Amino acid sequence: MEMHVTNLACTRGGLRVLEGVSFRVSPGQALVLRGPNGIGKTTLLRTLAGLQPADAGSVDPGPEAMAYASHADGNKATLTVGENLTFWARLHGMTDIGAALRDFNLETLVERPGGSLSAGQKRRLGLARMAVTGRPIWLFDEPTVSLDTDSVALFAAAITRHLDAGGSAVIATHIDLGLQGEVLQLGPFKAEAPQHADDFHEAFL
Amino acid sequence: MIALLKRDLALAVRAGGGFGLALAFFLIVVTLTPFAVGPNSATLSVIAAGILWLGALLSCLLSLDRILALDFEDGSLELLATAPIPLEGVAATKAVAHWLTTGLPLTLVAPALGVLLNLPEGGYLWLTLSLAIGTPALSVIGTFGAALTVGLKRGGLLLSLIVLPLYVPTLIFGAEVARRGAEGMSLDTPLAILAGITLATIALLPFASAAAIRINLR
Repeated sequence: MEMHVTNLACTRGGLRVLEGVSFRVSPGQALVLRGPNGIGKTTLLRTLAGLQPADAGSVDPGPEAMAYASHADGNKATLTVGENLTFWARLHGMTDIGAALRDFNLETLVERPGGSLSAGQKRRLGLARMAVTGRPIWLFDEPTVSLDTDSVALFAAAITRHLDAGGSAVIATHIDLGLQGEVLQLGPFKAEAPQHADDFHEAFL
Repeated sequence: MIALLKRDLALAVRAGGGFGLALAFFLIVVTLTPFAVGPNSATLSVIAAGILWLGALLSCLLSLDRILALDFEDGSLELLATAPIPLEGVAATKAVAHWLTTGLPLTLVAPALGVLLNLPEGGYLWLTLSLAIGTPALSVIGTFGAALTVGLKRGGLLLSLIVLPLYVPTLIFGAEVARRGAEGMSLDTPLAILAGITLATIALLPFASAAAIRINLR
């Protein structure tokens, strides 16, 4: 499924941070977002994921084709790794979590409660969630935070498998994952002098 | 939605889930009341229905901020918002899970605690029935309050202030059903209004809750 983003403008806290963002991502391709802190990488990804409305422009396909991995992993400390992952799989109408566990080297941790995992293991569990959503476009926000080099390689391999299967990915990251695809520098899309969105309704939110 | 319900129930009964907190609070309120108002059984039987309803309502209030705040903090609320299940469904499921872990146990122990307050004999059936009909409204209204305050750090105070006035009609008619039942009076009207309040909140508030969550997640 090809992803088209046309003339997208995003706001954060009522301020427009990005405008005129246009790109397309073909199946089998990954798009890496680059840019200095605060440029709006997270805001762009949240807009793509449908968590906040776009200020202008369009995203095709809609949020129902995207799976989003934010900074937070959304794991529960009192549920085991297997239960956490099974929950997300069932929520997305999937049943098999075996492949996701294998891809992110979590098989030995299945029975461990989420609260007893290390930071890197929690991150791997959060990333494994993407594999059980069954959605074609994966959005990642700084996926490699707290991962060691082996886990980064596991992650890159999982993304590559997803791309080979015809999926695509948009990844905000500062490191080189060696993936097939382009790099988009967000610097040039920085909104001009920040102005308050003059939406009447915004005043009440 | 069933997956979400199962997860929330599992979280509630495991360590730190807060299941039992409402029950313990209810027990404390009811056992301390005779010490506060005196052991005169005639006085107690007059106020029993009202105290039981008030205790159940306050116990319910105690656990409201857990409904959504924990999911917001660990990021799962955002992920739920991007999942195929609509946010209205998430809000409704959260309310059901809250009722199953709070309202239902409160309803079931209320008759036992009624003994401690010398609740008149005819009142047990109506007390249980009024709680069974009224507590779902408390959970649904509470979920709405939790949705309004979900982005706020330590929004518990604001949540209580928002929710309390919305709880008043349920309390008035719920306690009225229990009181009239205890005194053997006719109770068709308050019972119908109580059921009406519950049905209306169940029908409308999940949509309002979902809209509030959407705005707070932006």
